Amino acid sequence: MFKLSISILVCLFSLTAHAALNIQHWQTASGTRVYFVENHDLPIVDVSINFPAGSARDTQANSGVASVTRYMMTLGAGGMNEEAITNAFADIGAVFNGEFDLDRAGFKLRTLTSEQDKALDTFNKVLHAPDFPATVLEREKVRIVSGLQESATQPESISNKLFMQALYGEHPYSLDESGEIDTINAIKVQDLRRFYQTYYTAKSAVIALIGDMTPAQARAIADQMSSGLPQGAAIDRLEPVPALGAPVVKSVAHPASQAHILVGQPGIKRGDADYFPLYVGNYILGGGGFVSRLTEEVREKRGLVYSVYSYFMPMAESGPFQIGLQTKKEQANDALKLVNEVVQKFVQNGVTDKELKAAKSNLIGGFPMRIDSNSKILDYLSVIGFYQLPLTYLDEFNTQIAKVTALQIKDAFQRRVKPDHFVTVIVGAQ
Amino acid sequence: MNRWIWVCLTLLPLVAQAEVKEFTLANGLKVVIQEDHRAPVVVSQVWYRAGALDEVNGKTGVAHVLEHMMFKGTKQVPAGQFSRLIAAAGGKENAFTGMDYTCYFQQLEKSNLPLSMRLEADRMQNLQITDEEFAKEIKVVMEERRWRTEDKPQSKVNEQFQAIAFRAHPYARPVVGHMNDLENMTAEDAREWYRTWYAPNNATLVVVGDIKTDEVLKLAKQYFGPIKSHKLPARKPQVEPAQLGERRAIVKAPGKLPYLAMGFHAPALVFKPEQSETSWEPYALEVLAGVLSGNDSARLNQKLVRETALASDVGAGYDTTSRGQQSLFELVGTPSEGKTVAELEAALLAQIELIKTGGVTQNELDRVKASVIAADVYQRDSMFYQAMQLGQLETMGYPWTLIKEYPEKLKAVTSEQIQAVAKKYLTKDNMTVVTLDPQPIDPNAKPQGKPHVH
Repeated sequence: MFKLSISILVCLFSLTAHAALNIQHWQTASGTRVYFVENHDLPIVDVSINFPAGSARDTQANSGVASVTRYMMTLGAGGMNEEAITNAFADIGAVFNGEFDLDRAGFKLRTLTSEQDKALDTFNKVLHAPDFPATVLEREKVRIVSGLQESATQPESISNKLFMQALYGEHPYSLDESGEIDTINAIKVQDLRRFYQTYYTAKSAVIALIGDMTPAQARAIADQMSSGLPQGAAIDRLEPVPALGAPVVKSVAHPASQAHILVGQPGIKRGDADYFPLYVGNYILGGGGFVSRLTEEVREKRGLVYSVYSYFMPMAESGPFQIGLQTKKEQANDALKLVNEVVQKFVQNGVTDKELKAAKSNLIGGFPMRIDSNSKILDYLSVIGFYQLPLTYLDEFNTQIAKVTALQIKDAFQRRVKPDHFVTVIVGAQ
Repeated sequence: MNRWIWVCLTLLPLVAQAEVKEFTLANGLKVVIQEDHRAPVVVSQVWYRAGALDEVNGKTGVAHVLEHMMFKGTKQVPAGQFSRLIAAAGGKENAFTGMDYTCYFQQLEKSNLPLSMRLEADRMQNLQITDEEFAKEIKVVMEERRWRTEDKPQSKVNEQFQAIAFRAHPYARPVVGHMNDLENMTAEDAREWYRTWYAPNNATLVVVGDIKTDEVLKLAKQYFGPIKSHKLPARKPQVEPAQLGERRAIVKAPGKLPYLAMGFHAPALVFKPEQSETSWEPYALEVLAGVLSGNDSARLNQKLVRETALASDVGAGYDTTSRGQQSLFELVGTPSEGKTVAELEAALLAQIELIKTGGVTQNELDRVKASVIAADVYQRDSMFYQAMQLGQLETMGYPWTLIKEYPEKLKAVTSEQIQAVAKKYLTKDNMTVVTLDPQPIDPNAKPQGKPHVH
């Protein structure tokens, strides 16, 4: 009785909850792509701007320049010092932050509609006229180096670093987003200026806007943000990631009580043809919280871990496919063996029809929660824009999920996931 | 028709916020409902007034262990099925345990609210805790403790800090429990906890979303109404004796950077403010925390990180609300390379002295107020957050209407009031300090700094 009524509900709303977002898209005169959703429910304006200026634009010789550039832009601009910048936002209750990863560097602003002019004025100074004050740079370098020294002692950060190095070798995705002690110490103001001029160009920027603005107001805001940016060339794509040739195992001692284990390989790109079969398949393998195979076998049946997961992180080039767990040292080998068995069996045999049905009903039925707030939609807009995904990406999400077959999942995993070549990192090995 | 498109077409300003409605069922279950029609979703949370605060020595962590066991099945819904049913409906679900409460939640497309209510009502009365499931899950909880606390130096400092700041009050105990207590916990301990505290008259149902209040109330009566209430144990007041001088401890753990946590006993908002002449004090302490570390230009970061580079990180924190009617005003930080925790401690105390003698500026007050006004609007972008606030307040024992008064009360705080609470509470005799003494991760390496003489 229970199960029956639920399956009826799922069928009903998978047809009706096909929420479309009215995304308006245009390009500014300076060549910046803009993505806008108008919504006057709340007197809030949310804005973000992103550049292809993540850590993949660093080299081994200058690792950390990308992240320090983004950070230093917020600590002095247009003659305002760091204190004045923070206060200008705080005085009007605006929230100023942003993001930084392998691909992207960017800024985000949330402000009350009534304060948007003041908030955007300071925001644009940071974008257009960073001062990169030398004394602040020297102080921040010391802080960053302290942080790197601390990270080098903590099992979670040690394992992440080893994992990315083993996955990506000479490719810039191998570089630590925060840099290295030597390369941070070597950074000069000139390096930051050059990086800013090269990568923070109007032609490479992507602006996302949502909230209490008319289309005309959104255009004016985007024009202002875009027109003051460096007018250099658009940025080249990154080099492709080479596939792994042979398995790598890195085992490191650590006094922690748990071993931190990471297993994986380079995964997929944004917009990859196999994206949906791999996404749905991974939900079943290790993405679906309490109901995945990994959680079922490793946690629910045997109590070996608090957390075990797998994910594909699609990036501009092949981002990591990562499986992770932490477990008491004494049982680390058993847990790792079990994880490998689960993954191998999954790749070999694929998924059952029952599992596929459950995965689809979760992913399709969960769609309304993906876009139930302005801040979530803003993040979608900036990903759609940055990776040039179709404007209909969200509209077609459920259709794409619904089309995935068990055969496609098996086929995609067998072609794309090679357990025989996995990288395995164990920090806290016995 | 879809909400988002409709909004775009008509451009109607919908800033007016729906009223919160509160009901109590005959069996004592409180039901708090807030309509929010911005997206076709619903958040449903069941809060139990049972947390680490209610535990006894030897059984620390049992509130949290029970939270884990709540997913382990009833007669109708076998182990693991709760999560599968919610997942199949597209939902997200989880639970969390704190000092003051345990909360279970689901986020769903709005038409699935009955499913969530049916499942929560079922496990409120019919949970089955088998020895077999318990034996597996207690191992999961021990792994959680290793991950959350054992291997995280700052977590160990914070655990030690709570433990010595409170001597009599249960806030001294870690929510996740001591490892010894977890190792010796039995399925019967979990069953006893469930029997004692899981009852409609010890719970609050909070629903926020694209729903109609009367329909939610009808569902709540249908699913939770038949559950029998039972008599709860008397809750005795637990008052921490006054501290008679400063307390200190050192924690050694693998790492590179030292860390400092210091704090002062301070009052929380009282349940009956009309009977108290000092009911304004928590608001003054809250604004003080904002003046000290509300943003990167606030005093502590501006002076100690930016201007003097004495610290690489600093912060201040204070919780205005608590069911245990106790709070702490805390200062934390990491000294810069070459600086000591003692120097950082002295600098933090000097900043407090400046407040006591000089007060705060009008600009600083205005800034905190601006952030309060804005946050009041921003929080409406998240249904989950709104539900959290309602559930927390109800479960701690405050009326939810506190949310409405809160911004006004904060805005009314003066510089003199801030000076008064700083002088009254931020004193050395009322202070607890715990520092992290980082140890090399290579066991063969020589210890850093001076050896400790015994």
